[in-house]
Amino acid sequence: MIRKKECVVMLLAGGQGSRLYALTSKTAKPAVTFGGKYRIIDFPLSNCVHSGLDTVGVLTQYQPLVLNEYIGTGLPWDLDRNYGGVKILPPYQGKSGADWYSGTANAIYQNLQFIERYDADYVLILSGDHIYRMDYAKMLRYHKETNADCTIAVIDVPLSEASRFGIMSTHEDGTIYKFSEKPKNPDSTKASMGIYIFNRRKLADYLIADAKDPSSSNDFGKNIIPAMLAAGEKMMAYSFEGYWKDVGTIDSLWEANMDILGEHPNLPLNADNWRILARHDNAPPQYVGPRAVVENCSITEGCEILGTVRNCVLGKNVRIMEGAVVEDSVLMGDTIVYENATVRYSMIDHDVKIGKGATVGKARGEAKGIAVLGEGVCVGENATVADGAIISE
Amino acid sequence: MKAAGIIFSNIHDSTVPELTSRRTMASIPFGGRYRLIDFALSNMVNSGITKVGVITHDNYQSLLDHLGNGKDWDLARRTGGIKILPPFITAYDSAAAGRFNSTRLESLMGVMNFINRCTEDVMVLSDCDVICNVDLASALAAHEKSGADFTMITAKVNTDIQPLDSHTEVPVIDEEGRVIDIAEYSGEQGDVTICADIWLVRRTYLQRVVNDAISHGHKSFYKDVIARNLGKDKFYAHFYDGFFARINSLESYFRCSMRLLDPPQRTSLFYRRNLPIFTKVRNSTPTRYTPEACVKNSLIADGCVIEGSVENSILFRGVKVGKGTTVSNCILMQDTLTGENVRLSCVVTDKNVVIKDGRELCGHETMPFYIGKGVMV
Repeated sequence: MIRKKECVVMLLAGGQGSRLYALTSKTAKPAVTFGGKYRIIDFPLSNCVHSGLDTVGVLTQYQPLVLNEYIGTGLPWDLDRNYGGVKILPPYQGKSGADWYSGTANAIYQNLQFIERYDADYVLILSGDHIYRMDYAKMLRYHKETNADCTIAVIDVPLSEASRFGIMSTHEDGTIYKFSEKPKNPDSTKASMGIYIFNRRKLADYLIADAKDPSSSNDFGKNIIPAMLAAGEKMMAYSFEGYWKDVGTIDSLWEANMDILGEHPNLPLNADNWRILARHDNAPPQYVGPRAVVENCSITEGCEILGTVRNCVLGKNVRIMEGAVVEDSVLMGDTIVYENATVRYSMIDHDVKIGKGATVGKARGEAKGIAVLGEGVCVGENATVADGAIISE
Repeated sequence: MKAAGIIFSNIHDSTVPELTSRRTMASIPFGGRYRLIDFALSNMVNSGITKVGVITHDNYQSLLDHLGNGKDWDLARRTGGIKILPPFITAYDSAAAGRFNSTRLESLMGVMNFINRCTEDVMVLSDCDVICNVDLASALAAHEKSGADFTMITAKVNTDIQPLDSHTEVPVIDEEGRVIDIAEYSGEQGDVTICADIWLVRRTYLQRVVNDAISHGHKSFYKDVIARNLGKDKFYAHFYDGFFARINSLESYFRCSMRLLDPPQRTSLFYRRNLPIFTKVRNSTPTRYTPEACVKNSLIADGCVIEGSVENSILFRGVKVGKGTTVSNCILMQDTLTGENVRLSCVVTDKNVVIKDGRELCGHETMPFYIGKGVMV
């Protein structure tokens, strides 16, 4: 039996995340490890659950294996529901042919059936590349109260950085009158967070029209939003305050990881009222050895620390052997740093081996950039990986 | 050969009254994130068992909370899975109250319905006072090969590390691996081979001997069932040589917990190939060490915040160690909060203990200072 769901969530998780280079050669960006025991997608998914939204379609396309396995039945987020819950929506073959998703709008267009199945009044569109905690229920209330056709979440950014974002120009009441993608001379500091609520029927109309237009690139930011603005639909900006970070680049991903550290972290993960939910493994507790030094770190289960770690985020089952020094780095998991190796200012994917006496990266102050080692990379004994180097295999 | 499991969750409760006053032996927290039943359950699940009956007696709310629907052990199943077997009391029979299954044999009698409905060839019986990682699949293979009615898992312990009670059962085993006698521990020192409180029993044999015991009004599993049949039926021993600990007092709980700080011992319990130990998943964050943190030789679960010093200790999930606080040789269970400038040495705190700023508490390795669940110091 089909029952109505007021709001259905569509989570765009098909992006390649090409600016993350080596980290996304085998996984889609939303499945990239964050903060030691999370994946980026845990943030929007947890937000949905805490906001009372229990019907989520996850649109996948690029390297979906890890992501599919990770989401599974949706149990870790309590989204293994008899009705609703989380569903993976890959591109599929229909009656009139089969197509990859040609853009964000096209991905939703191809899955309009999914939305119609639940007879939803509203559709919330999210992407899987931001780290933030947000109550979507509040945004939905705002959308209903203002009688909008489309509401876009915005965050205040410094004027100097505004030209990196899609900028919304609004009237005092929050109505959007102009949208400019990465403007050279921004006239507003309200950046789009890539979070949209649409009235379902309006959205369907525009998606169908967009699909018929061969010149369209089938993208929300480039096509759908400008088309709706041009047609004079009621578009509202919903201002969000709080931690929000686009983790589309190595630098921003590294910074966001570091934000969970410190005495008073910028991104405190152990807030009880908005816990980020994730799929967990069954590893034993972490062990810190007799001669280990652990300062300003976030460490998770299965780790064995015998050497020195400072200002690091370590994922599960990382082993730091005696005499090894790891500083200012993110180790995503299942990695071994052998005796007397040095790792500085680096981002290291899963299953990496760093041989005895090897050197990876340079001290943060002197390095040209973050050294990146992709999944399964082995660094030989006494080998050197230059600062800022990116090694994918 | 297919097997089903039965776990006795309450037997031996009385040996650790501090930790079992409000929970079963099975739900005693151990090793930072586990409960004792996790070892019995994981042993069974790792050998391919998919049906496990858990016999409960009293105080079993915390156990139910831990087990949930069995999903974390992959035992949430349409067919089989985890079955909780609480005491069976007939309505209006007030005489039954207070005298249900007080011994192992009575427990088995109470769950004959469960056993009779099993179709598996072998029943694996396990207690919760032992901590080990046994490859039951190979024990089951040996059981089948020998054609045994009854196979007892045995382990060698050193009495210096693992003191034994006078009523510990010590099997006498001949060269072919047959159990020819079972005696009570006589006080000898050094290496002693004892029963690991895990048995593999042919199901039809178990049904027969328990029914026989019911009709004769017997009370003791060892004295009345095993001892009477030792000579005539096929009783074998299967030796286990990995990490083994038996908890029979608060002191032994403390000592065998601390053995986990030794890397080879930890490896032989937790890192056996294809034999992981499963437990209930809690949504803990990673543990955060502040710049002032100083941690040496300690086992630390997720969800902790460490701002002070920790040495030779085991911290469970969600423990907070405040600034200037020193924790040494301690076991701090789930969600223990310590304030600033606290000093703890040889202390065992139960769940949700709060220790306020500046307190100093000290026990000794042979007599750890125990602080009960939810107490504020």
